[in-house]
Formats: sequence, structure tokens, C-alpha cells
Amino acid sequence: MQSQAKPLGDIAGGIAPVPIENRKGVGRRADSLFSVVAALSGSLVLLILAFMVLSTTNTALPIFRAEGISFVTSSDWHPANGDYGILAFIYGTLVTSAIALVIAVPISLGIAIYLVEVAPRWIKGPITYLVDLLAAVPSVVYGLWGVFVLLPLFLQPAAELLSSVLGFIPIFAGPPSGLSYFGAGVVLAVMIVPIISALSREIIQTVPDDDRYAAYALGATRWEMIRGAVLPRGRAGIVGAVMLGLGRALGETIAVALLVGSATTINTSVVRPGYSMAAVIANQFQEASGDHIKALVAVGVVLFAITIIVNIGARLIVWRMAD
Amino acid sequence: MTDKKRRPVFSLLLAGLLVLMALALAACGDSEPRTADQASGSDTSEAATSDTGGESTTGELSASLDGAGATFPEPLYLEWIGEYTNTVQPGVSINYQGIGSGGGIEQFTQQTVDFGASDAPMKDEELQAAQEAWGAEIFHIPTVFGAVSLAYNLEGVDSLQLTPEVLAGIFLGEITNWNAPAIAAANEGTELPDQAIQVVHRSDSSGTTNIFTGYMAQISDTWDSQVGAGKTVEWPVGVGGQGNDGVAAVIQQQSGSIGYVELSYALESGLPVASLQNAAGNFIEPTLDSTAAAAEGVEFPADLRFSVSNSDSPQAYPIVGATWILVASSGYEPDAAAALRDFLTWSLTEGDALARDLNYAPVPQNLEDLALQKVDAITG
Amino acid sequence: MNLEINSSRPSARRLWTNRVATAGMAVAVALALIPVGLILYYITKNGLAAMSWGFLTEPTPFTFRRPGGGFLNGLIGTAIMVALATAASVPLGILAAIYLEEYGKRGWLAQLVRFFSDVMTGVPSVFVGLFVYTAFVLPFGFGAIMGAGALAIIMLPIVIRSAEEMLKLVPLELKHASFALGASKSQTVLRVVLPSALPGITTGVLLAVARAAGETAPLILTALGSLKVTTALIGEPISALPLLIFDGARNPFAAGQERAWAGALELLALVLIFTLLARIVAARSKISR
Repeated sequence: MQSQAKPLGDIAGGIAPVPIENRKGVGRRADSLFSVVAALSGSLVLLILAFMVLSTTNTALPIFRAEGISFVTSSDWHPANGDYGILAFIYGTLVTSAIALVIAVPISLGIAIYLVEVAPRWIKGPITYLVDLLAAVPSVVYGLWGVFVLLPLFLQPAAELLSSVLGFIPIFAGPPSGLSYFGAGVVLAVMIVPIISALSREIIQTVPDDDRYAAYALGATRWEMIRGAVLPRGRAGIVGAVMLGLGRALGETIAVALLVGSATTINTSVVRPGYSMAAVIANQFQEASGDHIKALVAVGVVLFAITIIVNIGARLIVWRMAD
Repeated sequence: MTDKKRRPVFSLLLAGLLVLMALALAACGDSEPRTADQASGSDTSEAATSDTGGESTTGELSASLDGAGATFPEPLYLEWIGEYTNTVQPGVSINYQGIGSGGGIEQFTQQTVDFGASDAPMKDEELQAAQEAWGAEIFHIPTVFGAVSLAYNLEGVDSLQLTPEVLAGIFLGEITNWNAPAIAAANEGTELPDQAIQVVHRSDSSGTTNIFTGYMAQISDTWDSQVGAGKTVEWPVGVGGQGNDGVAAVIQQQSGSIGYVELSYALESGLPVASLQNAAGNFIEPTLDSTAAAAEGVEFPADLRFSVSNSDSPQAYPIVGATWILVASSGYEPDAAAALRDFLTWSLTEGDALARDLNYAPVPQNLEDLALQKVDAITG
Repeated sequence: MNLEINSSRPSARRLWTNRVATAGMAVAVALALIPVGLILYYITKNGLAAMSWGFLTEPTPFTFRRPGGGFLNGLIGTAIMVALATAASVPLGILAAIYLEEYGKRGWLAQLVRFFSDVMTGVPSVFVGLFVYTAFVLPFGFGAIMGAGALAIIMLPIVIRSAEEMLKLVPLELKHASFALGASKSQTVLRVVLPSALPGITTGVLLAVARAAGETAPLILTALGSLKVTTALIGEPISALPLLIFDGARNPFAAGQERAWAGALELLALVLIFTLLARIVAARSKISR
């Protein structure tokens, strides 16, 4: 609470809020009480985060102890036999997120650049609004739509096409399935496009117009101006935006649970079914009990660790940009 | 800013703080995170509220029972429970969660539910653990027989015949296309498309899987040695689905797919089912009659743990399993015991018609008599 | 990128590259708009086909295969849990934002809170559910309070950061005027700063509410779901719209799937209404961005 004193003086410094009538000191006492309550509310975030880590880790501890390092290096997941190895889930989380990024990053940057640099004014608003709409759609709605609409319409045909054209490459080997890393990755891509494009758009907007004029003055075409002046300026911020999108993709649960195919083994081919960490928690929780539940909590702890690293990295980059 | 605009802010702040304080108080009450053993949705409701008192098995009963387990008979159990609690004994409430047989056995053993449900009889060590936990004898009450059907989703194909060899080949990943010669040989006159086969299996611990893999291990040595039988196995190929409903849903969504589901799920969801060649060499479609045929004339052991898989009977569908409700001989509140007895008796006798409606075969008379003897022995 | 300064007209190749790049951006926009159209179209079409007055006013039948019924149990559950979560997270979030903007400023604690609020928006919601499960559900059982707690934790950082942004925009002159009139700091904050930032804060709150209403994963672990209509806050599992949709998406019965589509329409409509309200409030408030 020491930090209170200074800022208080800070703001009052210039104006000197000496009460005209000192209501028997009530104002003062209320003041300090209020500042303490406010500070406590602020610190609550830190407390909750700490409590989250402690409580979940504590519950998962017996599993970490029993499995040791093999918890993350083994892909034997047989709750009935007490085998808990989550490598296949970690793999699935990383692969689905990577697929999502491969699809979403070019599209998001395309949208962001188009909206800031190219689009006529009248079309900016509607496009922005429609893309933002994607961010508002709940993930369970994505999941429902994914399995009943996108799967027959696009995912299954696309998976079959990929494996028939590129099947000689192991990562596209058949037999193809729409319910797969690929299928989950595509839906994740749709979900993170609005995140990455919105943040990139804000960052591109902060590039000073002077830089643009300078590039044009050198005879650059619009695209050359973008590549030469805008993107290098915004690179760090865009990397941060992409990482925030990645963080969302890593932790996304329901849509992946419905689309990834729920196979507990590692498949090298992206058009084959797999699993992800978040999906296995959502799918198996209701049937689990005993050690199985603790193991699912342990999966969550590992997932949290991975996303928190990605998030902290992203925030540091974005923050440095902002400062 | 007027007075009116100020007030909501204050009251909102106040309300929020109150809620927080309530939460904090609740948290302080027990901040020690307990082990997950006490998890599970169902509260212990063995202590049922009772107005009638006593231990009558007739008349108005009042109790609330919790059960969990197999999804194989879940559609039927929910209908039974709905019918029983709505029309027979309105004072009784029964809550059944289809969480898979493995989970059912576990929750029953942990006594978080009053009865478990499983499509696989308990193994000896499971039985022993449950008996120690309850401090009582554990009864297996067979309720119905069901067929595990092979539902598929293949455009333009509405009848499909499979031999045990082809079935094993598909689920082992050796046969990967619908136009494979081995499938064509069993389906003369049917145009089979050039399409990849998509195997769908259970991803949770399941008695349906136990019945299916048990049959597979009987008919294929390769399966027996490479995959084996059990509630969960290491699948050579395939997409996973959660529960019978999940598998049926995946088959529905994914064209070119084939998977095993309890018959009523396939029929209810409009999926075609394959005819399977039985031990006598006949191609048999899974139906109520071909399911019942597998259970006829079987000698049942005293503890009622048995298997009717791959029956010799010429008209029997080969993948048929019984499903059991697991109860303890004692350890219930008197009202709960009375309600449990009454519900199980009603299900085994009056429930037959509902079972047939949903394509489950009621247990034959000789087995019903044995089961009712066990039911009568449940005490408080 | 090396630019040549030799001619005022770029070469044909460079112009062509420029055109291709522009076309690429247009394609990107189109690719993003296709799913928007597909989602709105199918949710509306399939949802309306299954929507009825009964759907809005009746609970789910006791098996998924039975036709009829609706998601009243989920609607009530969602309403209760989102309302509780809002009641808990909004005052706390606003207080925290006041601390950051008016007291903590650039101090180490404030910076730490600011940073971890941002980090917390990226914590997977399923993990928040696991936390509430291990800390509260294990000792007390599933229930509305538990679900609301998880949603509140998800909403809190969103409220904090958006409220702080809005407090920043309150003109300094306003505060000075208040001080000059002899108001104390807390009086100034509560009666001058907060009311003038209120429209902007409301926008953030509405967006947080929209986010919470659509959350599924944390509720699986805390509210569990139920087919009964209940208003019990604790001790009894409760349902929510997203939970019922998730169950519907995983079941093979036509009746269950139809209800899931109608539920998706109901949920999407709710979420979009809140999002739209947020935009309207933002547009009408002068100090919003």
C-alpha cells in the first residue's frame, strides 16, 4: 500500500484539494478507505491468478508425482489402467494451432492492410463490423456449425483433396478425415482472424503518415510502400498480435472438441483425427472420476503453462510497442 | 450529473462487494482443496426425505436415487425412469447420468451413486473393491440385452453385409477403401463406391466397446493379439466419439464412415446398419428378434456375470451383450432400498414393452427369475 | 526494400506486383467474409426452422431423442449465472480500474496488475473452469454460484482494462473543477469521474457480458448441466444455453439436433444484442473513441 501516498499527492499537487469545509474529517477517512478498497480490488487479479495456479497444481500433484516426466513425454492415455501420458494432446494442441496460424495470419494481415491502406472509406465500416462479428460468435456455435455445415461442405472435401494431391507427403497421408487436426485448425483460423486482424489494424494505423509519404516520394507503388514502410514499422506489434491469436487458439476448447476427431494417438498426417489438451478436458470430464479427474486437471496445468508463456511473450512485445 | 445517475453506481458497487464477500466466506469455509474422489455431480442423496417412514414395498414410496454408468442402455433407462417416476411412484425421483460403464463402476465403488450401470460385468478385482467399499455383497442385475450394430454412412448404399474377416480387416486398418474386393465379395449386386473407409469408435471407457472388442477378439486372432478386448483399447485406426450418441453423431456427420453403436442409437438416428455373418454362417441383421435369439437357452451362472457374444444359435445376431445394473445388498437408507427394489422389479417386469419399443430385448424368463431374487435381497 | 529514384513511373512488373498484392488483400477480406455469411445464414435458417414459442418457454425433455421441449432450463441458467458474474465482476473491475487510473498510476503494483489483467484475458477459459472446480466445486458441489464465479473471473480483466481506458479519457478539467469545489478525492472519483466515464464503461461491460454468455467450457466444469429448470444458486447442477447446444451437437437424434440449432440462434441473438448495445452506447457517448 506504500505506493498510494505518492500518486495521491501527485494528482493533488497542482490543485491542492484542501477542503473548504472539513466535514469533521469524514471525507479524509472515506478517502483513504476508498483508496484501500480500490487497491485491494486491483490486487485481486494477482490473487486470483496465484490462487488458480496453486489450487489446480495442488490437485494435479499426485498425477505429476506418479507419472513424472512421462506425463508429457508419453502418449499412453488409458485412464482405465491408470496410464496418463499427454504427449498426443500437446502435439494436437500445437498442430491445430499451427494450422490455424498458417491460414489465419495471411488472411488477417491482408484484411488489416486492406482496411487501413486500400479500402475506400464507405466500405471500411461494414467490413470491420462483419469481421468483428466473427469474434462475437460463441465457440459452441462455431462447433455446431463446424460439424453440421462446414464438415460436409468444405472440411471433408478439402481433406480428401489434400490427401489425393499431396498424399505422398506424410503430413497429408490418407485416409483423409474432415474431423481431424486440419478440420479443427480451419475452424480455429476462422475464430482467430478477427483477433489478429483487429490488433494488426490498430498497429498499422499507428505508422505515421510521414513514412508513407516518404515512400511515395521515392516513387514506390502502394504495395512497395506497404512492404518498405508500413510492415517493418509494425513488425513487432504484428508479431504480438499473432501471438495473442496463437494464445486463443491454444486454449480454445469446444470447437476443437467437436472437430478434432477425438483420437488419443499421435497421427503424423494432419488430415487424420487427433486430440487437443483443452478438448480432452471438455470431452472426458463428465465421465471422469478419481485419478482421471486429477489427470485432466494436470492437463489443464500444462495447457495453462504453455498459454501463459505465449501470452506473456505477446504482451511484453505489445507493451514495448505501446511504450 | 443528476442524483439518479449516481445511485446505481453505488448500489452496484455495494452489491458486487456483497457477492464477493459471500464467495470469500464460502471459500474460507473450506479452502483445503479436497481430492477429486469426492467429485462427481451427484450429491449423496441416500438420506432421502421421507413422510411414510417404515419399510413398506408397496404404496407410496418417497426417495431420491442416483445412478450413473453405461450409455448403451441410457435411452431405455431414461424412458423407464421417466415412466416410473411420472406414473408409478411420483414420490420417487431417480437421476441417471450416462457417463460410460467404466465411470459407472468407479462412481458406484466410490459410493457417489446408489446404483451403477455397466455393459461389462465387473472384473473380480473391481467386484472385490466395490464389496469392500460398501461392506456388502454386490449384485449384478441384468436388465436387457442389446445388439451392438455396425452403423455406416455411405451414399447410395442402404444394405451392407459383412463377414467377421472383413469387419476385422476394416477395424484393423487393413481394408481402407469401400471398393476393396473383400467387401465386394460379401456384397454381390451392391455398387460400392471408391471412398476411404472412416472407422469410428468410442473414445471413452465403454461397455459397448467391451462387447464389441470381446467379439472381435473371438473372431480374429490378429485382433486378439494386437488389440485385445476391454472397455478401452488401443485403436489401430479411427475417429473417436464420446458415448454411443457421440459415435452415432460422428457417423452421421462423416461420409464413408462405419462404427459400432448400440442398435437403438443407430435406428433412432436413421443410420443404416450392416448385416453380420454369425457363427452358423448366416448373414443376420441386428433386430429385436435376432438379439433375443442370442439370449435363448443360455445357462446363467449364479452371480449373473456372463457373456452371450458370438452365439451358436442360427438366427442370432453375433454381437449381443447384456447390460447390468449394479447394486449393493445393503447399505441404503430404508426408503432408498424400498424404492430401488420397487423400481428394479417394475423395470424387469412392467418395463418389457418399453424395452421392445426401443429395440432392446427383455431378459428371458429364467434369467428374470434369477434377477428378481437378487432384487428382493436388497435391504436398507 | 530498396527503392529506385530514377523514374516517376514504376515499371510494368512493379505495377503488376502492386495489383496482385491488392487483389490478394481483397481475397483475404472475401475469405473472412465467407464464414460470416455461412454462419449467419445457417444459424438463422436451421434455427428458425426449429424455433417456436414452446422452445423458448419449455425445458428440455428428459431424453434427447424426444421431440418438443426447449432450452428454458438453459436460458434461466445462463441468465442467473451471467447476472451473478456481472454483479461480482463489474464493481470489482471498476474499482480496480479506478485504482489503476487514479491511485496506482505508473507505480509497480499498478503496472503489475495492468500486465496480469492483460495476461488473464488470455488464460484459457477451460482452465478457469478447472480452477473453480478444484477450489470450490470439490468442497461445495456443482451449482450456479460456481459457474458464475468462473464467468466472473473471465469477465474481470475485460472490465478492468476497458474501464481503465474510459477513465483515462475523462478530462482533467472536470476533476480539477471538482477539487476546486472542495470535493474529496473519493467524492470526485465516484461522483464526477465515474459518471462521466459511465457510457464507455457500459460498453466494456456489455462486451464482457456477451463473452460470458457464450462461454461453454468453464461451465461444463462448474455448472455441469441439468435437464431440470432450477433457480437454486448452490448445491444443485444447473444448465446453460451453451451447455445444451454442446450436448445437441454431440448427439445423433434429429430432435436433439434441432433444439441445438434453435438454441444456437437464441444464444447468438443474445450475444449479438449485447454486442450491438455496446456499439450503440459507444457511439452515443461523446468520450468514447
